[in-house]
Amino acid sequence: MAGRNVITVAELVGSNEQIILPQWVDLQKKAGMLQTGRISENELVSQSREFLHLLRDGLATGGTDISNPAYNPARQMLGNLSRSRALQGFSPSETATFIFSLKHPLFATLNRNTALSPTEAAELTWAVTLLLDELGLFTLEVFQKSREEVIVRQQHEIAELSTPVVKLWDGIVALPLIGTLDSQRTQVVMENLLQAIVDTEAEIAIIDITGVPTVDTLTAQHLLKTVAAARLMGADCIISGIRPQIAQTMVHLGVELNVLSKATLADALSVALERTGRAVTKLKKTAAVANQNKMPAEKGQ
Amino acid sequence: MDRIPILKFGNALLVTIQVDMHDRLATTLEEDLTSKIVELSAKGVLIDISALEIVDSFIGRMLDNIAAVSRILDADTVVVGMRPAVAITLVELGLSLTGVKTALNVERGMALIQARLKTSDSEDDDEE
Repeated sequence: MAGRNVITVAELVGSNEQIILPQWVDLQKKAGMLQTGRISENELVSQSREFLHLLRDGLATGGTDISNPAYNPARQMLGNLSRSRALQGFSPSETATFIFSLKHPLFATLNRNTALSPTEAAELTWAVTLLLDELGLFTLEVFQKSREEVIVRQQHEIAELSTPVVKLWDGIVALPLIGTLDSQRTQVVMENLLQAIVDTEAEIAIIDITGVPTVDTLTAQHLLKTVAAARLMGADCIISGIRPQIAQTMVHLGVELNVLSKATLADALSVALERTGRAVTKLKKTAAVANQNKMPAEKGQ
Repeated sequence: MDRIPILKFGNALLVTIQVDMHDRLATTLEEDLTSKIVELSAKGVLIDISALEIVDSFIGRMLDNIAAVSRILDADTVVVGMRPAVAITLVELGLSLTGVKTALNVERGMALIQARLKTSDSEDDDEE
């Protein structure tokens, strides 16, 4: 009985599309779907129409069970829709409104149909409610998943961006660390640094922690691991940029970094240059020329 | 292959590990190397592990042991060509091989050993 009636619903949806569709789109507009300007009205209408067709096809052959293969196209369309909504920045309730606002026009159509007895109409309404609820939940699930994917991707991007290895000189690389060092980031930092040591044949690696807000025992341990791994690759490490408060905290915590550490990156670089047999000196002549160039400008002011 | 060849290179010994190390191979290498150092009175041992992709704690211990033994026998050990992944693994295992000298490649490792030989040579000269 239910099967036959569900087919009736499918027929009703098909024959009353001209009534259901405008009502549905209207409700969606009332819910503020178009206010943000993320999608156009045409787009909304065509999406709604497409879904209505797919729903009709599903109802015609698949009953009210959304796991039925007959609903695959509908589910797929909903999945794409909510994924794109998630990326466009729609809120979860805005996304779910797409399905839930279909209820009212659909039930109104069922009730207008005089061929159904009140009991049958009530039964069908219930069955269709369940169906739409499931579809709505499915939409939200896909929405949630897509948002999580976005977050994971952003995390990856941040991880990539925050661990550059800079070549300062032949055989000298620097690793300016920014942000808190957790285990996962340390892993990325370590891999990047070691790869850079191989690529640039570096002898000395300077780890600059000016941008690290806090150093606790765990962070210190991570740093030491990185230093130890770099040493195994044949590179010496210098740590620079330890801020005064951090130095105090580290001493209070009893953290000891048994590595050469310098106050600033500049100090570390000069040590590195010295170790690789280089020195930076002032060019007296150039300095004089620069001064001469500066003098007229100062006079002009 | 049940033995890793040990090559004589001037005053130093050169060991290139090109197969996956298993425990017995490691023990054999340790023994062979010890006897070679004594036999040739080598002053340096260069272990190239650039082809080694997998390490475990046993191999890590072996490297540490070799370094300790050769230090007693008055030879410097330099491990060269460690891959990033291997370095990370060793550190994660808690083996930072503090007793071993390291260098990026064979060239630099050899330079390290030669530098040490030169200084000891000049010391010898001074004594003479």
